Amino acid sequence: MSVQQRIRYWRTTLRLTLGLLVLWFLVTFGVSFFARELDFTFFGWPFSFWMAAQGSLLIYGIIITVYAVAMGRLDKALEEQERRDRA
Amino acid sequence: MSLWRRPPDSGPSFKRQLDRVYQVYTAGFILLVVMLAVLEQLGLSREWISSIFLMVTIGVYAGIGIMSRTTDATEYYVAGRSVPAIYNGMAVGSDWMSAASFMGMAGTLYLTGYNGLAFVMGWSGGYCLVALLLAPYLRKFGQFTIPDFLGERYGGHLPRLLGIAAAILCSFTYVVAQISGVGLITASLTGVAFELGIFLGLGGILVCSFLGGMRAVTWTQVAQYIVIIIAYLVPVLWLSVKQTGVPVPQAIYGFQLEKVTAKERLLTHDPTEVEVRDIYRLRAQELADKLSDPAAAMLADRQQAEERLSRLRQEGASLSQTAAAERQLAMLPRDVDAAVALWTRQKQEADTKSKPLNGMPPHAIPFTGDPQGSLAERREYEESRRNFLALVFCLMVGTAALPHILMRYYTVPDVQEARKSVAWSLLFICLLYFTAPALAVMIKFEVFHGLVGTPMDQLPQWISTWNRVDPALLSVNDVNQDGKLQLNELTIGGDILVLAMPEIAGLPFVISGLVAAGGLAAALSTADGLLLTIASALSHDLYYKMIDPNASTARRVTISKVLLLVVALMAAYVAAQKPADILFLVSAAFSFAAAAFFPALVLGIFWKRANGLAASLGMIAGLAMTFYYMATTQPWLRAVFGITSPVELWWGIQPISAGVFGVPVGFAVIILVSLVSPRPDGATRALVEGIRLPGKAGGAKDDRPL
Repeated sequence: MSVQQRIRYWRTTLRLTLGLLVLWFLVTFGVSFFARELDFTFFGWPFSFWMAAQGSLLIYGIIITVYAVAMGRLDKALEEQERRDRA
Repeated sequence: MSLWRRPPDSGPSFKRQLDRVYQVYTAGFILLVVMLAVLEQLGLSREWISSIFLMVTIGVYAGIGIMSRTTDATEYYVAGRSVPAIYNGMAVGSDWMSAASFMGMAGTLYLTGYNGLAFVMGWSGGYCLVALLLAPYLRKFGQFTIPDFLGERYGGHLPRLLGIAAAILCSFTYVVAQISGVGLITASLTGVAFELGIFLGLGGILVCSFLGGMRAVTWTQVAQYIVIIIAYLVPVLWLSVKQTGVPVPQAIYGFQLEKVTAKERLLTHDPTEVEVRDIYRLRAQELADKLSDPAAAMLADRQQAEERLSRLRQEGASLSQTAAAERQLAMLPRDVDAAVALWTRQKQEADTKSKPLNGMPPHAIPFTGDPQGSLAERREYEESRRNFLALVFCLMVGTAALPHILMRYYTVPDVQEARKSVAWSLLFICLLYFTAPALAVMIKFEVFHGLVGTPMDQLPQWISTWNRVDPALLSVNDVNQDGKLQLNELTIGGDILVLAMPEIAGLPFVISGLVAAGGLAAALSTADGLLLTIASALSHDLYYKMIDPNASTARRVTISKVLLLVVALMAAYVAAQKPADILFLVSAAFSFAAAAFFPALVLGIFWKRANGLAASLGMIAGLAMTFYYMATTQPWLRAVFGITSPVELWWGIQPISAGVFGVPVGFAVIILVSLVSPRPDGATRALVEGIRLPGKAGGAKDDRPL
């Protein structure tokens, strides 16, 4: 595996990680900070309460799943590249 | 027994075999519950039902432990690195869900409404940090413990030693809480003494982790997860059907929340509630007067009681009346300190009870105070919001730094499985965390609509049952003597809500037994994982890596087993002393873990420049900062260390969230010290580059021979 490939792999990993962490931060601290202001009904629920009790948990699940799938693809691409280089 | 051990190169068939085993197990457990339900209808006594639940479940856990006994180091420390992602997810779930999650969370949510959701968010969102920043890299690193990583990455004994110390500090406080939970449940289930209950439960923990280490713990934890989740969901589903006719409490409780909110408005202005609150306000005022001059108030109390006694004697009152007066006299506090402590506690209670809704904030409203109100109300609002965010932060970062959780990700076969395994973990944890807020709202509905306003002589049976167990957990006091129950006349401790819920909902006793078995599984599974973490830190990191690097595998495993026994007995001994502020200690463990491990672990992976000296100083500084803030602000720790200066909260942050200062200090120290000291050597940089690459690339240490 060339140094460039490694660097590209790591950069992509960092970009993905950073992007998902920003989402995590906004959902957790952004929405909670304005919890009192976000006072509207959401499918029969008080929105802030629903976000803290269920919405944010769903988004956390999405973040982790997206990360696992995307990183799995990235790993596979790198492995294939490696195999092609060797051949 | 080959059942729990993966034969080489048999991934999918091993998983199919596990699927079959756990399907049979789940069906067997459900059959047991149904059978006991039938037997209850036929007249089987409560004692028998709870004893059968207790013995069968502990027997099964012990059986799994015996079947997976091992002396192989990879099996003992990391379950042979063969646990499929989904099963590791379940094991993390039950490792994670302690007695506090199972029993305490719904109670906290009942008492604090939205503000308690900090625990739900913090304890689930932390897994984002585990997934994105730690689990895959630790798995790629592929050793046995967390201090292992610190030792290899930063070099030298100091980082490893600090890791060992911090791992033991966090895990030991946590394990003490689990063991007292075990004692409480076995005691309330079977009626044995609390201390005996502790040692019974301890037997269950030990048989499992003692013989088979991580392999036994993993497969028992999966079994325990199944018990935990069935025990939590079944009664809540039942309650939901009873209240709404829909068996999906997580989806439907929005409507119940609406009704609870409407009732909250009514209760706030209800004249009888106002009357009760006024009585308590008066009582609080009296206590405040007494506290302003305790010595004089004590004297007055004593004189009054003595006068009453002598008057009764002169009047020739009945023996029981004089005896009661004598008892009252004897019960008076003995010295000024005792009197101040008693009255302060009573005043706190009266203060709470002079607030609307028994001091509980409106359930659906975020934070307390009012951003448009008076200066004091605005301040309260700002502080409560800040504390909510700080608590979420500490719980999240703490989750991503607790060694017994991180260690579990060493047990999966490879990096990709580690990533998937975090997703499974969160799913299994969220099954319970979606349900806890629903349970809290539905119990509130039950109390508001079924209980408040009931005549005192028609209160349901469970109130007197639990009052007998411990009046501090549940008591009723008709202070305005109108013969009816007002909300503020009822005191419910958060810890009993889940255990009492089947009775509150009027379910058969077999469900109570099931819930207790679930609570027991939650406490046992967490205690298993924690004890193993402590024993591995001592035997693998301290003994093998630092004292005797030539020790044979068998010797290391034997030492680990002996240490496990010693630590477990020590924890049981401490738990039997009933230390005062155990719940605080557990929350404190999160702040300590966050400040000690998180900066060093994350920078160790993402910043090659971080070196050993910096990491050691950073861990010390983070821990010291957290500890300093807690020791100067938390009442119990202040008493322990004899600190008398006035409490100075920084930006109003509560001591439970001390990690919010410790974590940034840890990061800052590591970064600054690294920048002014030499960069790490080439081998270390190569190690970091290696763990950043997937699969076997970059000098992987997967399955490295020992």
